[in-house]
Amino acid sequence: MNPTRRSMMCAAAAAVCGLGTAGVYVAAAPAEANEKVIKITAKRFEFIPGHVTVKKGVPVVFEFVTEDVFMGFNLPDFNVRSDIVPGKTARLRLVPDKTGTFVFLCDVFCGSGHEEMNGKLTVVA
Amino acid sequence: MAIELSRRQFVQLAGISGMGVVFASALPGMAHAAGKEDFYFVQMSDTHWGFQGPPNPDAKGTLRKAVTSVNALEYEPDFIVFTGDLTHTTDDPVERRKRMAEFRDIVKDLKVKTLRFMPGEHDASLDYGKAFREFFGDTHYTFDHKGVHFIALDNVSDPRAMLGDEQLAWLAADLKQQKTDAPIVVLTHRPLFDLVPQWDWATRDGAKAIELLLAYQNVTVFYGHIHQEHHHMTGHIAHHAAKGLMFPLPAPGSQPNRTPLPWNPAEPYKGLGFRSVDANDDAKAFAITEYPVITKA
Repeated sequence: MNPTRRSMMCAAAAAVCGLGTAGVYVAAAPAEANEKVIKITAKRFEFIPGHVTVKKGVPVVFEFVTEDVFMGFNLPDFNVRSDIVPGKTARLRLVPDKTGTFVFLCDVFCGSGHEEMNGKLTVVA
Repeated sequence: MAIELSRRQFVQLAGISGMGVVFASALPGMAHAAGKEDFYFVQMSDTHWGFQGPPNPDAKGTLRKAVTSVNALEYEPDFIVFTGDLTHTTDDPVERRKRMAEFRDIVKDLKVKTLRFMPGEHDASLDYGKAFREFFGDTHYTFDHKGVHFIALDNVSDPRAMLGDEQLAWLAADLKQQKTDAPIVVLTHRPLFDLVPQWDWATRDGAKAIELLLAYQNVTVFYGHIHQEHHHMTGHIAHHAAKGLMFPLPAPGSQPNRTPLPWNPAEPYKGLGFRSVDANDDAKAFAITEYPVITKA
């Protein structure tokens, strides 16, 4: 890792909260060339796409934007989340360490449909 | 010959007759402490004034019916606390204030000396609590009542469902003034613990508050948000969720989404209600009694 990239990773830690479960690595740095990027758009009150499939053990970088208000992306089963601030791209790197289908949700109250704003992440072997 | 019952005797009899009394929360510090008096308060929650939809075809009447039922209680409570989501959310600041004004007009008919209010995310998360403060005052505060220290925490004015470092420091400073065996009641809207993070039934930094509170021997938490009765322990701290007064929600984690339970015409208002909380001076416990919306025909 070169110094520039390391400094970017440190800065990212303030913007993105990853609580460091085993096999999970998160940061807000741009994706490496060999990493799969999954773009997710948040808008009241849905994520687009609302269902994402990834492979266990294969690193992915989620890139989030919001079309309207301040949102959040929370994947409780992997103990990771990110704020999604209008006008900025938020990034969350994940190495899924277990298979199954897991709920992700908006965890920043955004209005009358907030409670229904969620999606699914399926991790296959 | 007429028999006059004390509030405590009334609750004990109610428990025998199946009114739903739960002797749930240990408050051992209260048992024989000098100067302590028994008292009770009423918790009402999640009234969601302004909501419209099939989950409650009597959306405009339910709160008024609950007010009537509270006023019909045998003894006047010492105070009534509303633990958040007084109003249903709206993007329109004018409509938000209209709903708060209407809510305030309805609950002013409650026969009680003291009303206390707390915000829920529907009241406060879209404007960081601005409208709530205009109508109801501070979003977090403390008060003492007959030997019990009450702490109302705000985990909703930050839309990220956080208490925040400033409020946590305020809580720590307040707790430092209390003896470790002081009876303490914490009031919140969201659960302080991770009940179901997949449903956003949590407070992101709630564990920090619980860590502070665990140093005290007699802490009980009453909260709302989940629209149903629920009891949970974190260490020696009991957390009691209250029913709502607009629509019930499913049991924690029981289905993929936390959508309101459908209205059942055969059992109108089922799952809705309010509770009384008795702090007895010799029972070493809070007695929680759950009431339906309509208590008298």
